[in-house]
Amino acid sequence: MEKQFRLNLKRNKLKFSVTVTLKKDVLDPQGKVVQNTLVNMGMNNLKNIRQGKHFEIEVDENNETVAQKKVNEMCKKLLVNLIIEDYKINKI
Amino acid sequence: MKSSVIVFPGSNCDRDIAVALEKMQFKNKMVWHKETSLPKSDLIVIPGGFSYGDYLRSGAIAGKSLIIDEVVKAANSGCLILGICNGFQILTETGLLKGTLLRNKNLKFINRDVNIKVVNNNTKFSNKYKKDEILKINIAHNEGNYFTDTNHLEELNKEDLIAFKYCDEAGNINENSNPNGSIENIAGIYNQKKNILGMMPHPERMVDEIISNKDGVNLFSSLLN
Repeated sequence: MEKQFRLNLKRNKLKFSVTVTLKKDVLDPQGKVVQNTLVNMGMNNLKNIRQGKHFEIEVDENNETVAQKKVNEMCKKLLVNLIIEDYKINKI
Repeated sequence: MKSSVIVFPGSNCDRDIAVALEKMQFKNKMVWHKETSLPKSDLIVIPGGFSYGDYLRSGAIAGKSLIIDEVVKAANSGCLILGICNGFQILTETGLLKGTLLRNKNLKFINRDVNIKVVNNNTKFSNKYKKDEILKINIAHNEGNYFTDTNHLEELNKEDLIAFKYCDEAGNINENSNPNGSIENIAGIYNQKKNILGMMPHPERMVDEIISNKDGVNLFSSLLN
């Protein structure tokens, strides 16, 4: 029975990644500093760097559309500040 | 006048504001964030500090705590709300104040006394100050760079919702007198009904000549007025 339970757990787990970055017109001072440092280190082809956040989220759900909807809700309600940040959800 | 100070794990200016309020004759109570009801209050203060270690974004986790629902209800029924520093960040995360506070432009934690100008002296929080009065108040923050969209910025200006702006000793408001990159040098704002004030500078640190100055006193005496 325990085996069956574990199997169910495995099947019900859907994993998503969420990437949060500052919107285009919001100044990203951390990204700028990282960029300047890389240029100083000789990485001359560097055009632009934006620093962001990355979340890996496991959802106990077997329907991908429902799970993705839940992750989207998490983003809107807590993970992302929509005034200044954009986000992308990917299934992993 | 009755006041309540909300305390989160990581709040560190809660005692300072309590001392300032009591010195100014407020009857103050401390309220732990897990409470689900507020004592009867004329003023609710959300103090400075690093609630939840600034995890996720400054103020984001505190903004979803149990007591915040009660603060929002109280705010909507006209109770006076003062958010200082992290308290300002929490108020923007709850949506009670629009806009947000970004990382300081120079990426440094800034702790020093700065000059701010009283932009609107016609509110419950500022009626004891003179218009354009220049105050010297301490700031201590890493995310104080106020940012908002153009529509809201227009509304702030049009409806006189800007409370304080960073300036120099002579009152000049420009890039040189802007410590953190804040849009239009904004140091504090009101909501539309002007019963909520969010500000990055710490008036509670400026109520005694022995340790600083008394430039913060009039904010509290305005509330009592």
